[in-house]
Amino acid sequence: MSALVVDFLSWILLLAGTAFALTGAIGIIRLPDVFARMHGAGMIDTLGAALILLGLMLQAGPTLVTVKLLLIGVFLFFTSPATTFALARAALAAGIEPAVEDKTAGGTVAKAAEAAAAKEGDERS
Amino acid sequence: MFTEASLAILLIMALTLWRAVKGPTVYDRILAVNAFGTLTVLLIAVFGFLTERPEFLDIALVYALINFIGTIAVCKYATFAHLGGPLDQVDWDDV
Repeated sequence: MSALVVDFLSWILLLAGTAFALTGAIGIIRLPDVFARMHGAGMIDTLGAALILLGLMLQAGPTLVTVKLLLIGVFLFFTSPATTFALARAALAAGIEPAVEDKTAGGTVAKAAEAAAAKEGDERS
Repeated sequence: MFTEASLAILLIMALTLWRAVKGPTVYDRILAVNAFGTLTVLLIAVFGFLTERPEFLDIALVYALINFIGTIAVCKYATFAHLGGPLDQVDWDDV
């Protein structure tokens, strides 16, 4: 009985983890620039990995395997922000502009919106 | 259960690879390859449970370490075009 409950719980956790990782991967593909795509990678590194590892921990029970899974989880928990920070710093140092929304006239977003509108108009005509 | 999970992780890895191939800047590629490495760690862990060989978890742990070091190294290389940084900016008293 309890084995069935543990199986059910770990199945749900694995499913939720893969669902979060899939969301992150879709975010990596669809978001507009590298700084926005870091959010998708963050989904994979935090909730996706944590839920999948938690599901595996439930399957393993209180053994050394659980300790190893916990170590992997803790390691991912600390290295993921570090790599994201290093990547953002490298991208900023290389001069990539984040696509921020500025309400001022003539800002980068206003220019981008104008360009997009012009392109859309071209396609319609 | 583990078969479905590993298949789903393989699909997600394919999605991140698409960004790694397509990515307009080198930083998109680094980001996608880093996510790919995290998913590889998860895939190795799930595969260890699938084949009932928990020794795979050691490989997953080592892969997580190498993935971190590799991403930092590639970031540094992409920034400075050199793993040690520009030599004329090094403060040799600090080394």
